[in-house]
Amino acid sequence: MAYGGIYLADEFILETSGLTKEFAGFFAVRDVALKVRRGSIHALIGPNGAGKTTCFNLLTKFLKPTGGQIRYKGQDITAMPPADVARLGLVRSFQISAVFPHLTALENVRVALQRQHGSSFDFWRSKSVLDRFNPRAHELLNDVGLSEFANTPAVEMPYGRKRALEIATTLALDPEMMLLDEPMAGMGHEDIDKIAALIKRISAKYTILMVEHNLSVVANLSDIITVLTRGQVLAEGNYADLSKDERVKEAYLGAGHG
Amino acid sequence: MSALTDDTLPVTPRAMRDEMIVFAVMAALLAVVPFTGIYPFFVMQALCFALLACAFNLLIGYGGLLSFGHAMFLGTAGYVSAHALKVWGLPPELGIVVGTAAAALLGLVTGYISIKRQGIYFSMITLALSQLLYFLYLQAPFTHGEDGIQGIPQGHLLGIFDLSKPIVLYYVVLVGFLAGFLLIYRTINSPFGEVLKSIRENEPRAISLGYKTDQYKLLAFILSGTLAGFAGSLKVFVAQNASLTDVHWSMSGEIVLMTLVGGLGTIFGPVVGAFVIIAMQQYLAGFGQWVTVIQGVIFVSCVLLFRRGLVGELAHLLRRSL
Repeated sequence: MAYGGIYLADEFILETSGLTKEFAGFFAVRDVALKVRRGSIHALIGPNGAGKTTCFNLLTKFLKPTGGQIRYKGQDITAMPPADVARLGLVRSFQISAVFPHLTALENVRVALQRQHGSSFDFWRSKSVLDRFNPRAHELLNDVGLSEFANTPAVEMPYGRKRALEIATTLALDPEMMLLDEPMAGMGHEDIDKIAALIKRISAKYTILMVEHNLSVVANLSDIITVLTRGQVLAEGNYADLSKDERVKEAYLGAGHG
Repeated sequence: MSALTDDTLPVTPRAMRDEMIVFAVMAALLAVVPFTGIYPFFVMQALCFALLACAFNLLIGYGGLLSFGHAMFLGTAGYVSAHALKVWGLPPELGIVVGTAAAALLGLVTGYISIKRQGIYFSMITLALSQLLYFLYLQAPFTHGEDGIQGIPQGHLLGIFDLSKPIVLYYVVLVGFLAGFLLIYRTINSPFGEVLKSIRENEPRAISLGYKTDQYKLLAFILSGTLAGFAGSLKVFVAQNASLTDVHWSMSGEIVLMTLVGGLGTIFGPVVGAFVIIAMQQYLAGFGQWVTVIQGVIFVSCVLLFRRGLVGELAHLLRRSL
């Protein structure tokens, strides 16, 4: 395992080379080479308009790149539709909390469990056949501290809890890698701590790539950070190194921040 | 889309029990109609439209897809059934099967084309396709153009039930309606229905969970079209004709109207809506052209005052799912 390509494919779960997205002459993402190490928490940061979200949408296949290649576990997924990528175990979250608002928390998680275990096209069967997923769904809700919300419609849950529900739903797919788009966006301090702890805890089992604005979260959670500016990689490293990097300070942190 | 379904209540076991009770009451009420002196032809017609509206509601209320061409299923199944009965001389049960199958096939083709687009573009494609069919039927010799197919023999269902007797026909139509209604109810509360609802609620998220949402939307479209077609085939026996009215775009509009008046995304709303609209056409017929104006006023006030529709408002008041 420790030799050549096999070693590399194993060490890096997700790799891009020359990843480019051009919108009518404007390069939102240009020639990005990203390597995400298996089992790490990798953060993608950068000032507004740096192309973080575009980059993120390229990786999850919600946007088609105009150039470059994306490889997941050594497999070229550049041309693969998003639902297929999810089936390979690369699952994304969304900037605005992505739950199914009028389904209960339990049903939210169950929809994800149901996908893996088939029978999703059975319109002639009663949905009580889905009850077999309930124990696992309760387990997942319990994991993220949502047991008491099991029968609450997602729309009635507080914002921070919705994010936790979203993570539980993602975990239900038993992914290998999770892509989190600003998991802390719009959250209060208390919730941030809870979700950060949750991410830290699940990172023991999964590889995580996240786009995040909140620098203290990034500092605490990430093993490695990639800084994007104007669609290109400016620097990469851990938080301590990057916070000393003059280019990063200038482009992102600003003079007074360091 | 979500604005339309903002007030949908989650379905709990209690809700399902409530719904089955309401269903039993509805079935019982409809079963005694012939003994009440209510004109059975009116109720039969309303039942066909109720099934049609329920089929349409399956698509928009639970799949978030607004079809503005559902008359094409009603009309196509009607023409095919009528032709099969009159020209080919098929027995009623086969006439219904052939008509419904034609609608299913049409659903497959039109669904495949239209679900490639979302929101208003989806609606416009369904409208365009139904207009295309309208002009086809206007020109095709077998539909007899403006005259329509007249004097369709009703025959004996399964060789036993004489459909020319109003009371027999009434119960056959009622059984057909109840069966169609139950199939829609089951679909909504099936594993497939759960996925469909999740797509309505948040399609990108459903995709990110690995669902190929187009396949689910297509199946919903075909089911909805097939059941709308079934309603069209039943209607042939009631009206004993098949005409251009049933494929005209204004019919598609009427289906939307019935569903909105009754309550979008509610189980029983489309049934109530269909009865209200058909009753208005029946009992306000004396006002002639003014019926359209009155309908318009009711439609506007419904949208302004009872945004959830009659049943939707009631369900909201009772905090129940109906």
